[in-house]
Amino acid sequence: MTIRDLIEKTGWKLDTTTLDTSAEISGAYCGDLLSWVMGNGEPDQAWITVQVHSNVIAVALLREFSCVIIADGANVSDELIRKCTDEQLVMLESGIPAYETAKVLAGLGI
Amino acid sequence: MAVILHKDYKVERDDYAAAGKVSSDIKQTLNSIGYDPKVMRRIAVASYESEINMLIHAYGGDITMDIMDDGQVKLVFKDPGPGIPDLEKALTPGFSTASEKARAMGFGAGMGLPNIQRVTDDFDIQSSQDGTTLTLSFRPAK
Repeated sequence: MTIRDLIEKTGWKLDTTTLDTSAEISGAYCGDLLSWVMGNGEPDQAWITVQVHSNVIAVALLREFSCVIIADGANVSDELIRKCTDEQLVMLESGIPAYETAKVLAGLGI
Repeated sequence: MAVILHKDYKVERDDYAAAGKVSSDIKQTLNSIGYDPKVMRRIAVASYESEINMLIHAYGGDITMDIMDDGQVKLVFKDPGPGIPDLEKALTPGFSTASEKARAMGFGAGMGLPNIQRVTDDFDIQSSQDGTTLTLSFRPAK
């Protein structure tokens, strides 16, 4: 499933509105401790987290995640969105807790 | 074995805004020469964790990367202290001495050095109160 398909099916908010959303999502990883994410995430996964500082960008790009999904209504700043856009990292907001976010992804076959 | 590409970087203490910049450049450099993506991903994990360690735990430091003509990549992370008091503990998964500030940002999981060790072909760490030197090398897949 592509990021675009996911947005269409869930209505989740796309923060980086100008970025291409045609990338495939191969699976998902859920976590907020960056070293766990670095050590265990896989390329092309969607990363579910409540971390909303700019270090998320470096981890997501180095791990080659297809997108980051901010869960639980964590407060995404305009600056973070601008930096994500500059670095070509697609960021979404599910607006629901991480567990519920993961359940939705699983329900969609991700 | 000759060096075909050499790069030097600096990391400043507590400069969280710049965290990951060196690792991103290392990855981009390897990508630009068409380096094996699987090994490149291992290098990205190790360089990121090492860079973060310098920023969180040390007084900043210097990083060098050498790419050899046989495809081997050597990374050296050298900081001026304060050193790791108990290396055995530092290498234990889950053990962390990170500050509250670092933990609030998701650092300090205690998985940094264990992650580095796991993804590296050759791992050497020397530490005293005058500083820590971490030497890592990676070999291309055969």
